[in-house]
Amino acid sequence: MTTKFFGEPVRRREDARLIVGQGRYLDDIGSGAYEAAFVRSPYAHARVLDIDVSAAMGVEGLLAIYTYEDLTGPLAEPLPVLIPHPQLTSPRTGYPLVKAVAQHVGEPIVMVVATDRYIAEDAAGLIEVSYEELPVVVGVDAAEAAERTVHDDVPDNVAARHHQETGDVEAALAASAHTLSFTQYFERSASMPMEGKGVHARWDDADSSLRVYSSTQASTSVRAAIAAKLELSMEKVEVIAPDVGGGFGVKIVHPWPEELLVPMAARLLGHEVKWTEDRREHFISSAHERQQRQEITVGYDDDGRITALDVLVWHDNGAYTPYGIIVPINTATQLCGPYDIPVYRARVNSVYTNTVIVTPYRGAGRPQGTFAMERTMDRIAQERGIDRALVRERNLIQPDQFPYDWGLTFQDGRPLIYDSGDYPAMMAKLKVLVDWDGFAERRAAAEARGKLLGIGMAPYVEGTGPGPYEGAHVQVLGSGKVLVSTGLTSQGQGHETVFAQLAASELGVPLEDVEVTTGDTRRFGYAVGTFASRAAVVSGNAVALAARGVKEKALRIAAEVLEADPADLEIDEGLVQVKGTPGASIPLRTVAVLSNPLRYAFDEAARQATQFAGPGDDSKPPVAVGDAPGLEHTDYYSPLRSTFASGAHAVVVEIDPATWEIAIEQYAVVHDCGTIINPMIVEGQVHGGVAQGVGGALYERMAYDRDGQLTNASFMDFLMPYASEVPDVDIDHQSTPSPLNALGIKGAGEAGVIPGSAAIASAIEDAVGRRIAAMPISPTELYDLVRSDAERVTNSSPHDSGAMA
Amino acid sequence: MTEVQTERAISVVVNGVPREATVPVRWLLSDALRHGFGLTGTHVGCEHGVCGACTVLVDGQPTRSCLVLAVQVDGRQVTTVEGLSRSDHQGGQVLHPIQEAFRECHALQCGFCTPGFLTTIAAGLDARDPSVEITEEEVDEMVGGNLCRCTGYANIKKACRHAAATMRDEAAR
Repeated sequence: MTTKFFGEPVRRREDARLIVGQGRYLDDIGSGAYEAAFVRSPYAHARVLDIDVSAAMGVEGLLAIYTYEDLTGPLAEPLPVLIPHPQLTSPRTGYPLVKAVAQHVGEPIVMVVATDRYIAEDAAGLIEVSYEELPVVVGVDAAEAAERTVHDDVPDNVAARHHQETGDVEAALAASAHTLSFTQYFERSASMPMEGKGVHARWDDADSSLRVYSSTQASTSVRAAIAAKLELSMEKVEVIAPDVGGGFGVKIVHPWPEELLVPMAARLLGHEVKWTEDRREHFISSAHERQQRQEITVGYDDDGRITALDVLVWHDNGAYTPYGIIVPINTATQLCGPYDIPVYRARVNSVYTNTVIVTPYRGAGRPQGTFAMERTMDRIAQERGIDRALVRERNLIQPDQFPYDWGLTFQDGRPLIYDSGDYPAMMAKLKVLVDWDGFAERRAAAEARGKLLGIGMAPYVEGTGPGPYEGAHVQVLGSGKVLVSTGLTSQGQGHETVFAQLAASELGVPLEDVEVTTGDTRRFGYAVGTFASRAAVVSGNAVALAARGVKEKALRIAAEVLEADPADLEIDEGLVQVKGTPGASIPLRTVAVLSNPLRYAFDEAARQATQFAGPGDDSKPPVAVGDAPGLEHTDYYSPLRSTFASGAHAVVVEIDPATWEIAIEQYAVVHDCGTIINPMIVEGQVHGGVAQGVGGALYERMAYDRDGQLTNASFMDFLMPYASEVPDVDIDHQSTPSPLNALGIKGAGEAGVIPGSAAIASAIEDAVGRRIAAMPISPTELYDLVRSDAERVTNSSPHDSGAMA
Repeated sequence: MTEVQTERAISVVVNGVPREATVPVRWLLSDALRHGFGLTGTHVGCEHGVCGACTVLVDGQPTRSCLVLAVQVDGRQVTTVEGLSRSDHQGGQVLHPIQEAFRECHALQCGFCTPGFLTTIAAGLDARDPSVEITEEEVDEMVGGNLCRCTGYANIKKACRHAAATMRDEAAR
């Protein structure tokens, strides 16, 4: 029996502590720490005239108040533009504390530190800030009009004009048999993890070093940023991501102001300092995503085959651009999904508004792109009277077209080349799963009950696992325990389990012998971070490579002891043995002991490796030239380029024409993320993604008023789905391994959310026969739409058999 | 005029252990549990009683500890996620079936909301006749008041059914 865990639905290692309340999240750390609270701008755009702290000074327990004037050196400079891009011509970032002008409600102006959070908030409440209000820009339309500006020195409000094309789109459109042009809108939502951000910092005065815990998706880069901003040498800064209560993108941004200010205060006060974001702070000072206006022109032939696609997107990037133009690039490059589009042009104008910054939220520009593409497909189907599934099938990239080179540049700066996939098979599976061809009967049955039933579908392709790299360290201890560490972080994806599965499978050891650490710079200093569905692909392959390195060394050492050829050895259940020769074996833990020649026997196991323990080869040094003591190995995986996962969703909605309530009757998912390490965890990712997709389609929106006030900044008013809003999900898997990495893995984290709004819009449109040109949509908006003179449409579903071309 | 007390002594039985503490009168129960008693398993997700992550049992009833002041539980029994395990009748402790079921059914991802679900569902399961098969309405009721951003709830509902089945088997023995 070979030790084999790869591909198995192994129960999660991390759950043992989490189900008994023994997790260690940010606010669980540092019970004696001083605590910080912030005075944040109540205005969307205002000049700070004066900060009067006198009333706060008498608060018992107050320790320090910091404003911009207290920041020194690099801390007084703007926060970094993390991902520069040549087309980001007017990047702007804020300061850790507002220097002169606040650009959105919630921007931090004053930090207060006190003995506890209650007292810090008492003091913050007594600080009087006087402001001069400035004109406010909210929404892409106002930003484009540029009658008012966010940043004085960006008169058109445009941060970036991102432009990519594969040919002469205007000529191709002119030559097309048919063309269509239309405009549509997509609203803001946000990652909204159940745990907000948080930072805890401890300064060691004797050692002049800093340990920082942050609820982050990128601990190694937070470390580098803190070192740079606080002018510390890297080796004097440790950053650890403890248990993190969800991320979904918002925690990849760094350094957040608090990630610099809390360590600064800990150093200045010589005491632990902590800040735990509250929910309102999260709404008004962490990142949002998704708002776009999309102007689409498509050319197609009589059969509905696309001949040219031209997309102009106005993308709201909020007040600053710390994360560059990653979201616009994703929209531009992932929009075409699984379709073979001969000539394509995308232009994304990324504009400033006086709102919270816009950075990746699960899907990161792809839900908007899929919405653009899939609504286009539905329109072509309607115009030509072709079944919506058929028009999609006619446009699919075929299996023999891989690798499919778009001639575009992806968000990792590498060529956009689809590595593998089987989109026709995927669509065929979806049609079976949702019974696309049998829908007419269901619709008729619903009509008989007085309900409107509609069906919609949306496939997508997701670039996952971008570089530049991740690494891993694998070490076998003399106890037999196997330590695995990788630098990227975890926010609930089950990395402790899947990386243990990989290491145990490679090494041939029991799963329970493996312990995985992520996101701790003390254990692994080189990493990029957890985003873009990359952990399993990039760290997964690094763990496998590192484990292979350990195995190779173990077999070499064991071969000497067993007087065998390493090629004749195998490891199973932690025992190195000669294949087919029972009894000729040595435990891996003993190999680990022998790998480290010792002078001192600190324990019983170590005796075996000491210098008088047995006959040695006097002709060689105890550690061979080029070798190293210990049974451990570090390796890295750096992908050539991203790998492309795919999927397709279909949804059936039932609408009550009395209330216009929109209920999801069925939600079907076909999902292809290449080789699967743990199907239980992949399905969990799909479930969670679908729930966020449903939320984004029907419930969630950031409701800014014209003054830039976020009017629904609480869980009372921002409607995230409860269990009652999330449908059961029927899932069918397909596995098209990636040829780009040894394990064949593609990413799975974001997939579930991507086509939600596109598929649900299609289904609602099918049910009510009115054009859906903006998402999300509420029952009230649907009621207004069906009463209005909005364009009437007839979707050609299979039940309209006469229209089948 | 009575002097306004800013702190107050309370006696509360937490997870079966009598505890005495002097707490600021404005402290939320969640803060007293987490920062006073060091029971950090109770998590605070929204501070306005919507998400349910902070749910604990007060005299057995699911209660949002962010909506209750610590002084309000004076003289009462509080059970947190740390106290959900039960006696195995052999001198040890075993996890509540819903805790086991969460692991078995992959009903948690980041785990931040999990303690609130566990306390709420445990109270619901403990209050019902275990010999009767659980209905979907009961599952929806036990799961429906808490927010989770990771799982999409499917596996939480599955865990609820799984735990009910375990308790039914136990009752049949």
